[in-house]
Amino acid sequence: MSLQRKIKLEAERDHEFAQWIANKAGGEKLRHCLQCGLCSGTCPLSLYMDYTPRRLMYLAREGFKAEVLSSLSIWLCTSCYACAVGCPKQINTTEMMYALKRLAIEEKYYPRRFAVPVMAKQFSRMVRQEGRITESWLMVRVLLRTGIWQLFGMSKLGLRLLRTRRMNLWRERIDRRREISQMLDAVESARKEFSA
Amino acid sequence: MPEPTNSPAAEKREAVRVGIYVCHCGTNIAGTVDVKAVAEYAAGLRDVVVSREYKYMCSDPGQTLIQQDISDHKLNRVVVASCSPLLHEPTFRRALERAGINAFFLQFVNIREHVSWVHLDKAASTAKAKDLVRAAVRRVALHKPLQRRQVPIDPRVLVVGGGIAGIHASLTLAEAGKQVFLVEREPTIGGHMAMFDKTFPTLDCAACILTPKMTAVGSHPRIKLWTYSEVVKVEGYVGNYKVTVKHKPRYVIDDLCIGCQECIAACVFKEGKTPDEFNLGLSKRKPVYMPFPQAVPQKVVIDPQTCIEFKSGKCKKTCIEACGDRHAIDFKQQETFEEIEVGTIILATGFKTFDPRRYTDYGYGRHPNVYTSLEVERLINASGPTGGEVVMRDGNKPKSVGIIHCVGSRDRNTNRWCSKVCCMYSLKLAHLVKERTGAEVFNFYLDMRTPGKGYEEFYDRLLDEGVHFVRGLVFEISDFAAHPSEEGKLVLRVEDTLGGFVRRIPVDMVILAVGLEPQANAQDVRRLFNISCASEGWFLERHPKLAPVSTFTEGVFIAGACQGPKDIPESVAQAGAAAAEALALIDKQVVELEPYTASIREEECSGCKSCVPLCPYGAISFLVDKKKAAINEVLCKGCGTCVAGCPSGSITQNFFEDEEIFEEIEGVLTYA
Amino acid sequence: MKYAYYPGCSLKGTGRAYDESLLAVFRALEVELEELEDWNCCGATSYVSVDDLLSYALAARNLALAEREHKDIVAPCAACYLVLNKTQHYIREYPNVGRVVERALGEIGLTYTGRSQVRHPLDILLNDVGIQAIRQRVKTPLHGLKVAAYYGCQIVRPYATFDDQRNPTSMDQLLEACGATVVNYSEKTGCCGASQKGALSEVGLDRIRRLLAAAQAEGAEVIATACPLCQFNLECYQEETGNGHPAISMPVLFFTQLIALALGASSEEIGLKRCLVSVDQLLASKEIAYA
Repeated sequence: MSLQRKIKLEAERDHEFAQWIANKAGGEKLRHCLQCGLCSGTCPLSLYMDYTPRRLMYLAREGFKAEVLSSLSIWLCTSCYACAVGCPKQINTTEMMYALKRLAIEEKYYPRRFAVPVMAKQFSRMVRQEGRITESWLMVRVLLRTGIWQLFGMSKLGLRLLRTRRMNLWRERIDRRREISQMLDAVESARKEFSA
Repeated sequence: MPEPTNSPAAEKREAVRVGIYVCHCGTNIAGTVDVKAVAEYAAGLRDVVVSREYKYMCSDPGQTLIQQDISDHKLNRVVVASCSPLLHEPTFRRALERAGINAFFLQFVNIREHVSWVHLDKAASTAKAKDLVRAAVRRVALHKPLQRRQVPIDPRVLVVGGGIAGIHASLTLAEAGKQVFLVEREPTIGGHMAMFDKTFPTLDCAACILTPKMTAVGSHPRIKLWTYSEVVKVEGYVGNYKVTVKHKPRYVIDDLCIGCQECIAACVFKEGKTPDEFNLGLSKRKPVYMPFPQAVPQKVVIDPQTCIEFKSGKCKKTCIEACGDRHAIDFKQQETFEEIEVGTIILATGFKTFDPRRYTDYGYGRHPNVYTSLEVERLINASGPTGGEVVMRDGNKPKSVGIIHCVGSRDRNTNRWCSKVCCMYSLKLAHLVKERTGAEVFNFYLDMRTPGKGYEEFYDRLLDEGVHFVRGLVFEISDFAAHPSEEGKLVLRVEDTLGGFVRRIPVDMVILAVGLEPQANAQDVRRLFNISCASEGWFLERHPKLAPVSTFTEGVFIAGACQGPKDIPESVAQAGAAAAEALALIDKQVVELEPYTASIREEECSGCKSCVPLCPYGAISFLVDKKKAAINEVLCKGCGTCVAGCPSGSITQNFFEDEEIFEEIEGVLTYA
Repeated sequence: MKYAYYPGCSLKGTGRAYDESLLAVFRALEVELEELEDWNCCGATSYVSVDDLLSYALAARNLALAEREHKDIVAPCAACYLVLNKTQHYIREYPNVGRVVERALGEIGLTYTGRSQVRHPLDILLNDVGIQAIRQRVKTPLHGLKVAAYYGCQIVRPYATFDDQRNPTSMDQLLEACGATVVNYSEKTGCCGASQKGALSEVGLDRIRRLLAAAQAEGAEVIATACPLCQFNLECYQEETGNGHPAISMPVLFFTQLIALALGASSEEIGLKRCLVSVDQLLASKEIAYA
């Protein structure tokens, strides 16, 4: 039997993080959250979350950064927007989840072999390179990083998809690929300028 | 810059002797403006005989100072530079009057809200204060000795709305010896309170405490009770209102009907077919009906929409037969209009409940066993559709009940405010439902708002009774069963925020604690009486803390839930307060109107009629024989719209004459 | 009225039948649809999880391209519809986003002033073409076919203005106009689990199972969807829904496939060969034949 001692000190609270999340698009009313739990109730994935959306919003608003970013909840969110639409204070919880996802990826808090953040990173890389994604190769890239052995379990489905021509093996790409990198560079420089 | 010596202004200025008083207002003004410098500067202005600065001009010593100066230095004009005139202009005007000079020889300069409270730079603030004082000195020289007009106050009072607030106000006024007209649009008085079974926190029977008051109203010699009537036109001003009331036809002669209800029993309709309004559609009524057994007045009503006689003209009219010798039924009755004159008006038009169909996930209207709180009040009421038994639409008694708080309240998507009474009435319903049925009761709440006397103790009682309190906002009521125990039940899905998990709770019956909203026609009513509404639609009080029952329209008062959500004790208190304010006005017997009225210089009026439609108060009329416009001084509120709008400039306004304003402008723009 | 057609990456792959049947439907209704020239990926839910400003810029490129062609965009995929709409809103509501996107677009010689609107095929069919016009052109009424109209999340929430967000009926109305019987589907806007099946299989299956079970319990014989990921989730994992629960098998088609069928399109055009769960037996039992 192992005991755990838990008490939270003010020094642990990250005020900058609390300020940051409240300033994100969609978080204008975060301080008004009265913890009604409607978001958690409507959330189809809340049953599996360690911290339900309601609890996560509270922890985020109060600056408990470590708990929030290491929660699996942000990766379970499928951005169905049920919470955002129902919230009586009009807090866009889905956008808060996106902001947390971004921060978690940036600060490398995410579980390394979990498909959701890996997919996000590989997806964006493919878009930057080709301008479009090809589902088959995206799947391969994700599986390589999360466990290539899973490919065997998917082989039956994969073959059926190939047979019905629902899976392409050639790369989808746009003609003016350079425009993508041009735009992205412009965003980087504009970002610094406008400190969005 | 020197004044041209032969200007009209110069002429008028001959005998002018001005006293200047610059207030420190503690540090409110003196902290930013150098008041001493301003007073010293002002002393050097033309016409100024005395110039002082003082810590608190509005205090007794300050007032005395002015009065003394007026006497000693024979002052005939006073300029006070201090706070906002809205606060203290009357105070200083009274000082002038006490000292024997006309109150309107005062010019008030705001160097607090307009200078010290909005600027940080001391030098610039002081300069601005000097400019404003200089302008005031030039203006005040042209002030005329205006007289306030006195109008008599008609001692009769109109009370609109026959709920508990209207009833209490009417009785208070009538007992004080005043004639009251109580106008109620439903066929009976009683309002929402008549629908309740018990009231919180004492669980007093609502009817038992209300009906004696209702009967008292019905029989009071000084209350003219007009039910099934509405106000359609209001003209006039404080103390002198002319109101037109429309009486809707009951098709029953008031004086002859004794309320025996034989006609209802004899009606060709063997049973009711029309959803009963008082029972919120939970039962049916016949075309001839009594709203509820204890209705006041005890008279029946005939509904022309559903009565066969009106639809086809071929009814056997068994009702007339049953009425017999009394001959109280009159199918030919028409709506009539009546004009009354009153001096004061009290609006007590109440509230309506939130329509829960706006939350489609609650399935109100789809699931038969989802009810609003008001509907359940009717179920529990002994004279309601189920005789006081809690029986659902499917005929069964519930073994488990869920009560959802905050439906249509505290939600930016519907109504932002908290409706104040729902927590308490939800506790009350929890208690009553549990008592009548022995069911397991769940209250789904966000906060427990129990601030009144005995309210928290009532909550304690509920806790003892074993009602479950789950903190969380229910987001869905569904009939999908995920487990055999949920078959045939309504499943409430909610995150139990205190427990920290999502729960599915199956119940037989759901009660939605619907919030309070302004009446659907609140905007029309407030326009009729010329008062304002707040942004959410509640009638606007003059001051939320210090004047909750008066409005910005003199002589019109508000009381009860029409001003904002509140419970019965508060409605009664406000009704008493409104009655007291009306009585205070009536007892004064006269009311003084400010003289800021506009008038038309007939010789200059070209008869273009541009001003007539501009007046928001209908004070301007066109004299057809003279072909000139004329302003009714008593209706004029001095808004100045016509003055600005007149193309020939032939309208002037007391205290805001062109000359006065131009002098002020010149004063500000002229460098010292 | 010419529209700029934005298929999105999925409609070139797993959602191919959506692309084929949509084009068939618009062809049959004589609505001009031309694929947006050199469109790029919208970023879906993935890019915005990595960087918001970059994802808005990428999405905005498509908006700008459509504006250059003076057309509104038709985006059938739910994620594309959401992202394009969101980008359009954010450019307007958040000045910082607007400025950054303007800079990025300017870099490649494009501009977006907000004139091109983002529309969904449901919106176009219901409001621009109209129920009457569709009903008149029905050659093969879908009589007797019990359909569950499944909207999913991102088409209705949070930007849809063409239909009620809690209880949408556009697809119901369109399918009814084609003669089908639309059941009262309690999960019509419930989430399918999106990409969770690939990450946490049990979690994804929980949602898929729930959606299929509700459809079956409420009497549906086929589910009509409007999103390639929803269709994929509901159709392709049906065998796995077994495992300790009664397995559910039900054809899952795109709503455009059903409409194309009703308008008399051929099997090729409808994209029936893309189905992993065949709908042939069901159609035969209702005597509904395709060209």
